[in-house]
Amino acid sequence: MMSEGSSFMKGMALGGLFCLVMTYFETFNPGTHSEGHLHLHHHLKPLSKEELQKLSEGQMSALTQQVGVYCLIMVTPKLLVHWATANDTWSKHCDKSVFYTSESSKALEAFDLQEQDEWARMRKAIKHAFENAGELRWFFLARPTTFAIIENLKYLVLDKDSSQPFYIGHTEKSGELDYVEYDSGIVLSYEAVRRLIEIFKDEDKCPERGNALWKMPEEKQLATCLKYSGVFAENGEDAQGKGLFNKKSVSSMISDSMGQNPADVVEACCPDMAITFGGMSPSQMQVLMYGVYRLRPYGHDFHDSLTFLPPKDSDND
Amino acid sequence: MRKLKRSILFLSGVAVSVLLSITYSHVLRTLTPPFAMHARNTYTVRHTAENRRAAIDLSQKVRVLCWVMTQPQNLEFRTRHVRDTWGKRCNIVLYMSSKESDFPTVRLNVSEGRSQLYWKTIRAFQHIHKHHLDDADWFLKADDDTFVVLENLRYSLSEHNTEEPLYFGRRFVPFVAQGYMSGGAGYVLSKEALRRFVKGFADGLCTHDTEIEDVGLGRCMETMKVKMGDSRDVLGRQTFHPYPPDYYLLRQLPRPRPWYLVYDHYDPVEGPACCSDSAISFHYIDAVGMHTLEYYTYHLRPYGYKYRFNPD
Repeated sequence: MMSEGSSFMKGMALGGLFCLVMTYFETFNPGTHSEGHLHLHHHLKPLSKEELQKLSEGQMSALTQQVGVYCLIMVTPKLLVHWATANDTWSKHCDKSVFYTSESSKALEAFDLQEQDEWARMRKAIKHAFENAGELRWFFLARPTTFAIIENLKYLVLDKDSSQPFYIGHTEKSGELDYVEYDSGIVLSYEAVRRLIEIFKDEDKCPERGNALWKMPEEKQLATCLKYSGVFAENGEDAQGKGLFNKKSVSSMISDSMGQNPADVVEACCPDMAITFGGMSPSQMQVLMYGVYRLRPYGHDFHDSLTFLPPKDSDND
Repeated sequence: MRKLKRSILFLSGVAVSVLLSITYSHVLRTLTPPFAMHARNTYTVRHTAENRRAAIDLSQKVRVLCWVMTQPQNLEFRTRHVRDTWGKRCNIVLYMSSKESDFPTVRLNVSEGRSQLYWKTIRAFQHIHKHHLDDADWFLKADDDTFVVLENLRYSLSEHNTEEPLYFGRRFVPFVAQGYMSGGAGYVLSKEALRRFVKGFADGLCTHDTEIEDVGLGRCMETMKVKMGDSRDVLGRQTFHPYPPDYYLLRQLPRPRPWYLVYDHYDPVEGPACCSDSAISFHYIDAVGMHTLEYYTYHLRPYGYKYRFNPD
C-alpha cells in the first residue's frame, strides 16, 4: 500500500514540477489572449498631458502640421449605405479621404480600382495613396463599416516620427505573426508605407496573388509583408492600457461591461479618446457622430494643447 | 503486475497534478478583474485636463430637484441605470414608487398601473411641496427611461426667475389650449409653478380629470395661469426629446411629419439640425442606451476639437 502511494506521489511531484517549468517558459496556455501575453506586443500610447504642456507654441504648431492624415476607405457596392455614411460622417475629418472601390457605383464617387481580389485592391490603393499623399505623412486604412475619430488618431501619433516605420491598431497574434486587425482600422506612417511599396516588388516575400489554396486574409498578408521590411505591429492604447482601436460597436462594449463591471460600466470599458469602433449600423454611426462632435454638458472645459478645426461644408459636427 | 500498477499510479499522479495546475491557473485568470474596481462617486472621477468649475458653480446657483417616476418591478432592470448615470447629478433626486425601499424609493400613497400615473404625479408634487420646497429652485419630473443632462438643464434655466410661474419641456399641441409638455421627455416646474399646482388641487380648481399625467398637469398649469416656456436653444434646436436620438438625427428626404412628430408645437426639423448640442433629455432609453448616452455626453470626445456651437 505504502509503495503504491509513493508511486502516485512521485507522479504528482513530477507533474507539478513539469507545470512549474512550463509556466516559467510561458507556453503554458497558448490559446488564451490574456493580460499576461500583452507584453509580447508593442504598446503605443499618446503623449501625457505633462509632456504636452512642456512643448512650446511653435513646437505645438509644427506637430499639428506634421500630423495630417490620408484616409483610404476600401468600399464595395455591397456596402453602399455604410459607404454613404462614412462619406457623410467621420471621413470629413481626414485631411484627405479617398474611397477606393472594387467597382464603380452610379450613386457615389470613388477611385475605381477595378479589382475583385481584396489583397490586390489593398496594394493598389496603398500605392495610389503614397503617390498622392502630398504633404501628408500618416495613412489610415479602413472599411466603411468602421467609424474613426481622426482627432484622437492624431493625438496618438502626435509625437511619433513619421519617417520611422509605424504600424498601429488593435493587434492580434496568429502563430508567430503579430498583425493589426483590419476591422478596427490600420494606421501606417509614411516610412512604413514606403517600405511596403518596396517589398510589393518582391514576388516571393510579398506575392500579389497568393497561392489560391493558401488564401490569407489581407490583414495578415499586410502584416507578413511589413514584417519582412522590419515593420512590426503595435497596439494603440491610452495611458490606462485601454485599447483605442475597437472592432466592436459602442453598445456591444457597454453591454459586455454591464455584465462584468456593473458598478462602473463606462469607466471600466471605454476610453475617452477612443479612435475606432466597428460593427455599427449606418444609423448608429450618425448618432455616434452627434455623440462625439456635438453632445456635451455645459461647463466641462478641456484645455487641450492642440486645436483641430471643424471641416468645411459640414452640418453634423 | 506490481510494476504495472505502480506505473499506472505514477502516470495518474502526473495527470492529476497537471490537471490541477491548469484548473488553478484558469480559475485565477477568470477571477482577476481586467481593471481595478472600487466604489466611486461619479463626481470624484477625474479626467486629465478637465475643468468642471463652471458646471459646479452652476449646480450651486441653479438647484434642481429631480423626481423619477418608477415602480418596484423596474428598480433592478431600469431605475438602477438612472441612479448609476445621471441621477446623482441632481441636487436632490427622489425615486417615487408605490413602495418604500432601500433603493432608496419614496412611498406615494398610490397603486401601480398606467391608470394611476396622474395620481402618482399629483402625490409626488404634493410630497415635494411639503418636504422640499426650499431645498431646490426648480423641480424636474422624469421617467425611469429618460436620460437627462443636468448641466444643460441648469444652463437653460439659469436666465429664468423661479419665482415666476413657468414650466419647461417639449411643447405639445393638442388637448390643452395653451398646449402641454411631454411627460416622457421630462418637464420642469419653477417654484411658483409648483406652489400653484399644489394650491390648485387644495382649492379644487384642479382635479384628477384624466389618467394621462402630462395632459392633466398641462391642464392644471393652464388653469393656474402658469406660462409655457420655450426650451429651444439660441439656434432654435430642441433640447427635450420624447424619443431616442435616432428618431430625430437621421437624415431624411423632405416628408410630411412622421407620427412621433405630429404633436410638436414648434415645427420639427429632421436630421442633424433637430437637436441641440446642449440637449437636455432623451426618452425610451434602455439600460445599454443610458450608459451609451453617459459615455457620449461625459466621456468620449475628439481631442482638441473646436466645437462649432457655443451656448454662451
